[in-house]
Amino acid sequence: MANVRIDVPKTARRGDIIEIKTLAAHHMETGFRRTHLGAPIARDIITTFVCLYNGVEVFRADLYPSVSANPFIQFSTVATESGTLEFQWRGDNGFTVTETARITVA
Amino acid sequence: MMRSRKRRTFLALAGVATTAALSSAARAQVTRTPLNNMPDVIRKLVGDKPINPGKVKLDLPPLVENGHLVPLTVSVDSPMTADAHVIAIHIFTERNPQPEMATFRLGPRAGRAQVATRVRLADTQNVVAIAQLSDGTFWSDRTHLIVTLAACLEELPA
Repeated sequence: MANVRIDVPKTARRGDIIEIKTLAAHHMETGFRRTHLGAPIARDIITTFVCLYNGVEVFRADLYPSVSANPFIQFSTVATESGTLEFQWRGDNGFTVTETARITVA
Repeated sequence: MMRSRKRRTFLALAGVATTAALSSAARAQVTRTPLNNMPDVIRKLVGDKPINPGKVKLDLPPLVENGHLVPLTVSVDSPMTADAHVIAIHIFTERNPQPEMATFRLGPRAGRAQVATRVRLADTQNVVAIAQLSDGTFWSDRTHLIVTLAACLEELPA
């Protein structure tokens, strides 16, 4: 259902700081808007983003309605070993997406 | 005599009318989204510790045409070692309906304390970044930006 994009280098040297970019397709409804009839529109946002490096949490973001639709997050981590980077987005109304990327560290 | 009095009255009325028009125009210009409870929220986060200026660099464009998508980069001057690193970077806004924008939790494994995202801004206002360091100190930066098209204003109730 949900569409996410991640940009992680495929290879890195041990100790390198790698740049990671993520983008999740989500409208991030703020909960502060109203319909043209005045009825409030319920909040529906991604609240948490987590990045795990071989199962260990290396980055986490708490998001609020002030984050734009289709949240983009760029951060970095140190390439320590070959393995899997796991990305998790969680939000209102049971929104959950998980994506993984392989990295080879020489 | 009669004629001159009329002229006086006209001038006086015209003066009143102009003043009224100008003041209402001035008022229209300064009508702003009200301030939210950002200071309380920041106080709750840092407790009674001081917030030092410096170390943090909050990058936002000074003039924003579209408040729906504003690129934001925040970086902290930190060696990011196990002994001295950034634990969290908190971003706050002064005039959005909710003061919290985002919180990024880092650690020594981040390598570099720099994060970028995109945010919404409801009005011309200040944005504040507060970095929480592993030694328990708080550092901050503040950026003022002008927003011409605000987020959240396109759907006023009919």
